[in-house]
This record gives sequence, structure tokens and C-alpha cells, in this order.
Amino acid sequence: MNAAVSARPVLSVRNVTIALPQGADREHAVENISFDVNAGEILCLLGESGSGKSVISFSVMGLLPDNVRVASGEIWLGDVNLLALTPTQLREIRGDDVAMIFQEPMTALNPVMTCGDQLDELLAEHTELSASERKAKTLAMFEAVKLPEPERIFSSYPHQLSGGQRQRIMIAMALILEPKLLIADEPTTALDVTTQAEVLTLIKTLQRERGTAVLFITHDMGVVAEIADRVVVLQQGKQVEAGTKNQVLREPREAYTQMLIASVPGIEPPAERQTHAGSAVLAIKGLGKTYSSGGWLQKKRETVAARDVNLALHPGETVGIVGESGSGKSTVARCITRLIDPTTGEMMLGGTQLDTVHRDSLKLARKRIQIIFQDPYRSLDPRQRVGEAIIEGPLNFGVSREVAMARARELMNFVRLSPDVLSRYPNEFSGGQRQRISIARALALDPEVLICDEAVSALDVSVQAQVLKLLEEIQAKLNLAILFITHDLRVAAQICDRVIVMQKGLVVEEGATRDVFLAPQHAYTQRLLASAPGRGFEFHKAAA
Amino acid sequence: MNATFKRVLKNGAVRFGLIILSVLFLIALAAPILGTVDPAWLDAVNMNQKPMAQVDWTGPDNQTAPRTLVMGTDSFGRDIYSRVIYGARVSLTVGVTVAIVSLIIGTFFGLMAGYFRRVDAILMRVMDGMMAIPGILLAIALVAAWGARLSTVIIAIAVPEIPRVTRLVRSLVLSIREEPYIEAAVSIGTPTWKILMKHVLPNSIAPMIVQGTYVCASAILLEAILSFLGLGLPSEIPTWGNIMAEARVVFSSAPHNMWFPGIFLGLTVLAVNVLGDGLRDTLDPKFNKRGGAR
Repeated sequence: MNAAVSARPVLSVRNVTIALPQGADREHAVENISFDVNAGEILCLLGESGSGKSVISFSVMGLLPDNVRVASGEIWLGDVNLLALTPTQLREIRGDDVAMIFQEPMTALNPVMTCGDQLDELLAEHTELSASERKAKTLAMFEAVKLPEPERIFSSYPHQLSGGQRQRIMIAMALILEPKLLIADEPTTALDVTTQAEVLTLIKTLQRERGTAVLFITHDMGVVAEIADRVVVLQQGKQVEAGTKNQVLREPREAYTQMLIASVPGIEPPAERQTHAGSAVLAIKGLGKTYSSGGWLQKKRETVAARDVNLALHPGETVGIVGESGSGKSTVARCITRLIDPTTGEMMLGGTQLDTVHRDSLKLARKRIQIIFQDPYRSLDPRQRVGEAIIEGPLNFGVSREVAMARARELMNFVRLSPDVLSRYPNEFSGGQRQRISIARALALDPEVLICDEAVSALDVSVQAQVLKLLEEIQAKLNLAILFITHDLRVAAQICDRVIVMQKGLVVEEGATRDVFLAPQHAYTQRLLASAPGRGFEFHKAAA
Repeated sequence: MNATFKRVLKNGAVRFGLIILSVLFLIALAAPILGTVDPAWLDAVNMNQKPMAQVDWTGPDNQTAPRTLVMGTDSFGRDIYSRVIYGARVSLTVGVTVAIVSLIIGTFFGLMAGYFRRVDAILMRVMDGMMAIPGILLAIALVAAWGARLSTVIIAIAVPEIPRVTRLVRSLVLSIREEPYIEAAVSIGTPTWKILMKHVLPNSIAPMIVQGTYVCASAILLEAILSFLGLGLPSEIPTWGNIMAEARVVFSSAPHNMWFPGIFLGLTVLAVNVLGDGLRDTLDPKFNKRGGAR
């Protein structure tokens, strides 16, 4: 290749506008998007949900749904105009020149083929290598993506591997044909934070070694800070800002980018946090949950989801439970709400023995502990008007319909929604609005304890900031005790008075948030904190 | 809800099915005023007349008058047009009643089995047992025991459908009860029966309606088969099945005896199935077409 050719960007997107079918919520998925990705460079497309970032990657791969089309503009891969290619030519380019990694590795891999066979098939299709050469190359690739025991992985099926390992297989598949361009669409969003850190490092190392151009799509400012060379910010299909990582993250010019960056919670806990003494509203001693399966015909198997959890929660206090998937943090929440029954331990709610109450007294105890779930799209009954959802609790406790409805209107104001929308169905609301409705539904019962089970994790960062602010206001007004369960260290740092760190069902560390975050004692806590993406950037300060 | 209704009515298959079925229902309701005679009446002079034959017809009132036999007569001299039109009543009654009965009972069992683990273990084994009984065999036994009445035929057809509906509803309930909105309802103190009625049932209704149309179609067919085998209603009450059974003997000389009820039967089952497909496409989220880009 001569110098003139290699100076040309690997991918050049020129004034691309993509039209949505009639009846969609807007006319264009994206409008007038222009950017270049050069060899050996990582360009991040940063945007919240609905920004059109994934549509752009689909259009580069020629994978747009039939009713969505590129209305104008050009997409050049080197000197090939991708939009002018036939489907057959596009198929050759995919894999050979462009490869893609998706968010969910389990659905992107074929579950009935071994991992080795899936890479072998690619090589057989696209190269002239012999069977033994293909195997050697595949094993070398597994080695390169730092998979343990490449021989074993070669003959393993996807379901036998962990999420991080599957994503490594995906990366191996994407890079084995040495494409010029790698498109990564939220590749680490489904992974735990420690795994995410490893995968990000891996992508960066491989990309540097091979000089691959990477188009990296993400909503996570921390990931951008870790991996990007340059950043393009999208909002509602429009290109807001573009520049190098430092320009965009440290000196954002546009108001939208500034707002986004200001919304990212800082990982350093604020200094002033009051301590809460006195009698705890919720006290948990030695809580444990063991799942056992089989027994009669099969061999009995036991899984310990949580073991020996102790916790005291005072009025007005926020205690965080932090951990990765499988740490048992949600099990604890579900035991406290008695959605599942704990195997061992004692739970005291005020003067009530929560773990043994039954029937009527359990119903009364439930009223005092309310829970908000992660997924705003599934935590409201799609066939129930939101007003009915909010008054359902009070009606269960004998409040009259008129009184409950009047209270629902008050609560809607309280969570910053118009009381006039009470007669609508949940599908007319956005994720953040639904989460507010869920909060109103929980508050309708005047609880003493509010459990937030990853309550802001599914929300865009700007919406997340608003909901967190709302929760703090509610707590101040009602003197609520909040148990905040999250995998997001930044969120925990900002809103928790104390945190409990869990790993594999065990509490490994607990203490005041500032102590745990600034001087972690346990090795796991240290690793967790070191893995938090974008540690070097203090987003709050950059935007101020 | 209103928007869903409009969206369903926009679907071509739903429209096609609804139009044909409405016409058939109107025909069945208006049977006495559509120029028919008593379907059991026989005029021995006019046996095995061809369709569109112009004859002097002696009616039930013993008056003889000229009449055009649109679909001809059978080997007893009964007017096939009248028999086919009246036969629609039996087929549609059986189809709709079986669908409603088996949906109500099956839904009740399905809700119980899906929501309560203990009930599930026992009830589903009973349902497995019921699935093992061939429908036609059960019908033969019931008709033999209770005699050939409309109610017997309906029960005989509905009973084997119940386990299928139960299984469907159970599987829907199993996935719905894991939804966070059910857990939310539990934690705001909603009693179990109310959760079943207000949250679980409304969210499983769409696939149930779809299943109901398929039950209806197969019930209509099964009724025709039972009648054809001589296990259904006696021949004084015309059904498409027993008209065709009697036509079988004379099929080579008078095929129209078979054709007309056959066409009506086929059209009805087709309309119900097309309606079911259309409803499935519009109501069942699994079959929703991929919308715009996300």
C-alpha cells in the first residue's frame, strides 16, 4: 500500500441521513452525520437511547431493516462506496473487511456449534487455509484474546463459558480475518465491571497491535474515557459535537455534552455525610438464602445465594449494597421484601419479626417496605392505567377510591409528573417517567423503608441523575430509609451513607461510603474500584 | 385498548375472516326467511333432483307449487339448500360454544396450575392423562352413553380441548408471574386472587383469543366428522356432516349432495383459521413485525 492510500480514512461517513418508516416517532433516525475513522484509531459514537447510534453501525454493515433506508449521503470504506454495493458484494466485505461485535454475546454465537468450529467455519469460508492451519490460527487467536486453555475452549459450546469469555470469542471471531474496520456496538454493556475493564483493555491492545480502525458505540461516558481517541456525540439523531477525547470530555463546547458529562456521578464520595444513630428501622442478622434443587429422583444440589448478611438501616439513611452479577445483592432485597423466604437469619422491622410473619401481619409488614425494580418497562402492568397502578396498594388496605385517587394526584406532582396523565397506559411513558410512576406507586403506601433494586441502572445517564435527585428529595422530606442495590460504583458513591460490598453471596467489606471508596481494605473491593471505567476523569469537575 | 382494536381491524386477514363469518352467522340466524322449507320435510316425488331443477314441490303444508331447487334434493327428496342453511346453525353453535366452554374451563385450570406449584403437579398429570384419550373415542363413548344430543356433542368435543387450553394458559402464566409488575403487586399487598384477575389474566388474554379461534375451527371440523361417522346429531337435525354422510352413498350419481355442505364447511373453517392467523399477527407480540430502528 502506498502512502496516499493509507492516508485515506478507513471509514468515511459523509452527510448520512437515514429515513424511518412513516408513523415512526420521528422522520429521520439520523440526520447529516459525518465522521471519519482512521486506521489505528478508536472513534466512539456516544449517545443516549434513541440517539440513532446503532442505526449508523447497521447502515455501515448493510444490516438496516427493510423499512429503514439511507435517504442521502455516502458511506466509504477505503475507496469502496458501501451504499452502491449489491447484497452479494456487501456479504464479501462483511467479515473480510468489516467485522462487528454485539452487546449480547450469547445471542450472537450459535449455541449448537463449538466455539472452535464457529471460527473454523469463518476461516474455511473466507480463506484458502488447510484444516490444520485453520486450527492453529484459531488457537493462536484464542491465545491472543487471552482465553484460558485454548484447546478446551476450542471444543466448548458457548453456554459452557462465562459472559466475559463469550465476548472474547466474539472478539476473536471479529478479528481473525484481520478486518480493516471493527464495529463494536455496546460490547461491554452486558458485562460486569471487572470483566468490562479486561475486555476494554483487550480491544485496545489488539487494535493497537493490528492497526485496526474501531467504531465503538456506547452510552457510557466512563467507557469513552477509557478507550476513545476521538468522540462523536449524538442526540436524537443529530450530531452535536465531535472532537478528540480530551476536547469533548474536558472542554465540551455544546450545552448537551456539558449536561451529559455533568450527569455522570463522580466516583469520589462527597465529604459531608451525616451519621445515623439510634434505633434501626430495619435490622437484619445472619440472613442467608440457599436454593436447593432435585432431591427425590435426582441428586440434591444446593446453591448458596447469600450467606450471613448483617445490616442495620436507620430512618433517613441510605445504605448501598454493591456487587457484580451473582453476588447475592438482589437475593437480599427479595428476602427483605419477602418475595422469597430466607433460609436462615432474623429480620426485624421496627418491632415486627419480619422473617416469620404470615398472612395479615405479613400484609401489614409489606406496606412498610416498598421496592422499586430495575426494568422500567416491565415493572408496570402494560394493561393497567397508571392511576389504577398507583391506587392499587391503598385500595388493598381499605382506603376509599376517592381518597386514594386524590393522593395519587398529589404523588404525581411529587414525582414531577402531571396528574392529568393518570388515565394513560404505561406504554405512553418513557423509561424515566415509568420509574417515577413506580416510585409514586411505592410511596402511595407511606413506607418506612424503600428498596431500590438497580432502580436507575436501566436509565440514560441524564435521566438517571434526575431520578437520583428525586430520590434524595423524597428521602429528605419523608425521612425514608433507603436500601440501594446497585452494580454502579459511581451511583453508590454519590448517594449512599454506608455501603456493603458483596461477592458470591458473601459480604466482603462494609463501612462508611467514603472510607470504603477511598481506602478499600478487601482485595475484591480494590479490584472493583480499579475497574470502574473512566476513573481518571472527574466528570463533575470537568463540566463545572 | 381502543388503539389495539383499530390496529386489529386494519389487518386484511382479520377483515376477511370477520366478513365471511358475519355473513355465515346472518345466514344461520335468518335461515327461516331465506326461502327455506322445513329441512326434515321430504317430498318423495322429487328425489335426487339436480341443482337449479324447476319442479312442482309439495311443501309441509301439502300445497303443491312450482319451486326452483337451488342445490337439488337428496335421495329422500329433502331440499339440500334448506338443509345446508339450517346446518350452519349447528356448526356455528358447536364451534363457538366449544371454544367458549373449553377456554373458560381451560383458563381456570391453567391459571391455577401456572400460579400454584402444588396444584400444578397434580393437575397437569390429570391433563396429561386426558391428552392420552383420543377425542373421537371419547365422543363415541359419550354419545353411546348419553344419546346423540347437541349438548352431548359439545361436551364430547370440548373435553379433549381443555388440556390444550390449560397447557397454553399455564405456560403464559408461568412467564407472566416472573414479571416485576407481579412482584410489585405482591409487595403492595394485593391478594393473590386479585393478582390473577387483574394482572395475570388481562396479560394472557391475547394469545387465548387466538387459541380460541383454532379451537373453534377444529370443533367445527370434529362435529362434521362425528356426524359423518353417524355419531353426531340424528338426520332430522341437518348438519353439514350428516348431509355429507348421506351423500356418500350416492356420490357418483348425485355429487352435489356432497359439494354444497362441503364448500360451506371448508369456507367456514378457512374463515375461522384466517381470522385466527390475523389475530395472532396483530395481538401476539412474538409475531410483531420488526418495527423501525431502535
